[in-house]
Amino acid sequence: MNTLIAISALGVFCLIAEIFNLRKALVPVTILGLLGILGSTLHFYTIAELSSDYNNMIFADKYADAFSSLFILLTIFLVAMSHDVYKEHQTKISDYVAIKVFLLAGAVAMVSFSNLSMYFLGIETLSIALYILAGSSRLDIKSNEAGMKYFLMGSFASGFILFGICLIYGTFGTFDLKEITEFSGALDKAIWFSIGVSLITIGMLFKIAAVPFHFWAPDVYEGAPSLVTATMSTLAKVVAFASLYKLLAAMNLFPTVQFQNIIVVVSILSMTVGNIMALRQQNVKRMLAFSGISHAGFMLMTVLSIANSANNLLYYTFAYALAGIAAFAVVISVTKDKGNEDTSNFNGLGKTNPLMAAVLTMSLLSMAGIPVFAGFFAKFNLFTQTIQAGYLVVVIAGVINSIISVGYYFKLILAMYTKEPAAEKQATPFVYYAVGVVAILLNVAIGLYPTVISNLLK
Amino acid sequence: MNVSLILIILLIGAIATFLSGDKLASKVALLFSLVTLGCASVLVNHFLGGIDISLNNPWILQPNVSFALKADGLSLAMVLLTASLTPIIIFSGFGNNFESRSVGTKNFYALVLFMAFAMTGTFLAADGLLYYIFWELALIPIYFIALVWGNGDAEERKKAVVKFFIYTLGGSLFMLVAFAYLYTKAGSFLLSDLTKLNLSATEQTWIFFAFFLAYAIKIPIIPFHTWQAKVYQKAPTIGTMLLSGIMLKMGLYSVIRWQLPIAPLAAKMYMPTLIGLSIAGVIYGSIVALRQKDLKKLLAYSSLAHVGLIAAGCYTLTEAGLSGAVSQMIAHGFVIVGLFFAAEVIFRRFGTYKIDEMGGVRSQASKFTSMFMILVLASVALPGTFNFVGEFTVLYSLSQVNIWFAVLGGTTIILGAYYMLKMFQNVMLGETNTKVFAEVTTSEAVIFVILIAFLLFYGLYPKPIVDLVNPSIKEILTQINRFN
Repeated sequence: MNTLIAISALGVFCLIAEIFNLRKALVPVTILGLLGILGSTLHFYTIAELSSDYNNMIFADKYADAFSSLFILLTIFLVAMSHDVYKEHQTKISDYVAIKVFLLAGAVAMVSFSNLSMYFLGIETLSIALYILAGSSRLDIKSNEAGMKYFLMGSFASGFILFGICLIYGTFGTFDLKEITEFSGALDKAIWFSIGVSLITIGMLFKIAAVPFHFWAPDVYEGAPSLVTATMSTLAKVVAFASLYKLLAAMNLFPTVQFQNIIVVVSILSMTVGNIMALRQQNVKRMLAFSGISHAGFMLMTVLSIANSANNLLYYTFAYALAGIAAFAVVISVTKDKGNEDTSNFNGLGKTNPLMAAVLTMSLLSMAGIPVFAGFFAKFNLFTQTIQAGYLVVVIAGVINSIISVGYYFKLILAMYTKEPAAEKQATPFVYYAVGVVAILLNVAIGLYPTVISNLLK
Repeated sequence: MNVSLILIILLIGAIATFLSGDKLASKVALLFSLVTLGCASVLVNHFLGGIDISLNNPWILQPNVSFALKADGLSLAMVLLTASLTPIIIFSGFGNNFESRSVGTKNFYALVLFMAFAMTGTFLAADGLLYYIFWELALIPIYFIALVWGNGDAEERKKAVVKFFIYTLGGSLFMLVAFAYLYTKAGSFLLSDLTKLNLSATEQTWIFFAFFLAYAIKIPIIPFHTWQAKVYQKAPTIGTMLLSGIMLKMGLYSVIRWQLPIAPLAAKMYMPTLIGLSIAGVIYGSIVALRQKDLKKLLAYSSLAHVGLIAAGCYTLTEAGLSGAVSQMIAHGFVIVGLFFAAEVIFRRFGTYKIDEMGGVRSQASKFTSMFMILVLASVALPGTFNFVGEFTVLYSLSQVNIWFAVLGGTTIILGAYYMLKMFQNVMLGETNTKVFAEVTTSEAVIFVILIAFLLFYGLYPKPIVDLVNPSIKEILTQINRFN
């Protein structure tokens, strides 16, 4: 609860900073504030204080604290990069940073809710912030298109979720998650309950861009400014997944075979379609969008053993998001003055900027699931858990997809190390190095000591 | 003092080489590889003196993974092979310039040492997941070595190397699934726990073939060999030496260490098929080698034939087969490194790998000719060389299974003699080539002399190696026969 209040207060501070002309100090202060909040969240995690506030609207358990920490960490990286990205638009910087902090508030609400109305508030806070950010490059027609498209599709999905929540309320007469968990354990439930859960799931599958609800993702990712794409593909995706997981776990759904079959199909489809489409992309942001779709398929595997895979999900999201942030730090720094994000921009990066090339290589290797990087243990834990749950087919599909994914991840690596550079070496601001290197080092660290993360939810 | 020391030295060596700068890199790398060799020899002495140099530390609690390194005769033999070939391979690069490409020399030598690190780890690991991590890790350096410093047309090289990477990674991932399944049964990845499992025949078959996919691609056994010739041809010679001298031994070693003891029932059930496939590789490799016009490709196919025979030896599940296979793995490692180095020596002078454009070397460089001759003869298993010991033991074990396997496997010697001598004739003899062929330099000669001395010494006195390896082979055989 304190986390949520502190984040909202920080967001308000960002807006006020504008009035007092504190733009220069804005980014460092915000980062310091977020670091403080991260520290206090971890503190609440360690003392294991289970606080339930505001008539049980918010319930901060270990799951909520652990995921909130991840979200805060990601926001720190994203805010750190804002300073350079928005240096042309100094007058807007406090707005953009404030929106990012409010987005974080929505994200935290989405994992610490204990009441479906709070959950919906969280979704809307997060989504509206993202709609604005997607269209934030006002003079760029592509960014406008991305914002509009995302808004139309996203509000449609929100409608689905809201309708689902209403049906669940109609069944049990309550929004409270604990009571819903209790009631949904009963054997004979009204049909409204199943329909409601399906509608919520559909809405959330849209938010995480799983096949067949993925069509918006590539266009929006490509059109939105790169930093916003980074936000959507790391933070927003992870948040949506964490809250879907929490919701489904609370709904006692795991005994139904039909539901699991649907998850199996969606998971395999997401992995396969995402990967095969990614093979054909020339634009790095589109490629990462499709790769994100396939990662959503991987993450869906955790739903198949929903009773005890929370720590696997946490680990996977950590690995995926850290690699994503590192990759985007390089992508943003390389393409910021280019006007497009084609793979050809990365030609010869191994020569002109070996450090950035190494960071991007490592993050791609992590996404492909090569050992010592966290992506390996993430996939491995997932596979072990899913085999234990008895879904060998999904695991084999996952393995085949891991092989396919190497094809497009390596396209970038090949471009960096074998092609001749087109442009002269250009100076890269320090902040991109810092974000890229720190993110990838964290990734390697949790790859070497996976227990650090996977023990958080014991 | 335990075997992790070797890994630590190699890893520090890789980092130190990277930091030492382009000028010093090769020397620093050589120094560290020599220190590794010294350390490995000391450790083997400790081991023979009865001191326990294995290691088992808990690493990750969930899933239950240990940092376990097992030092027995078999793994130490392979570690020694790696430790002695690495300095030779590094030293063989001294005549070359790795700077001209986009990435500097220091990266090249650091990658070589890093690869030695990963391969040594693969040979030592006694925990399935740790083993898998090292196994995959070895793939990354060789990928960059072949890609960045390779020769020939860039586009073609890229295709060959990416195919190699995706192939091997694909195979390995199925092995990972097998390990995940085994973990759900045993609750740990420790080799000692996995070899105690009582799996049903069906389970064993699935696991066996998941492993087989990984190993058959790495070794390679036909029909999984299609990546090999192109990559050997396109990689820089040092990369080819690492691949053929050590890396493909990882596959063969893993068959003996992991695949057979974990799923022996399946190995017995499919024994004729497995031996048949391996021997098909022998004959196919020999026949294709006959028609090659490129020296490196010819050596690649000859390598395919030889490892086919080694794999056949492994799958006989007899003591002679396994111990012959190990001897032959070591012998082949030395001889193939020597042959590829000879190809490199020729390339430095003629600037080509095309056999047609060579010839007339003998009259100009008699020392080189004799050294090359000895290596060629060792490769076709002339009695008196170490290769003879290994090849003969394997053929003997094949005859125990079925005499026809031995007859067909024996063609490797006949066909091998034919294509190797024909190659020798075209490359070294014949009319005087218009290009001048200078005699070998001292540093080149040193490499040949070390390799030849090793092959001849152990050819006449193989006892130390056999004595080192045989106790572990016996232990593995008891694991294999636990279902009887």
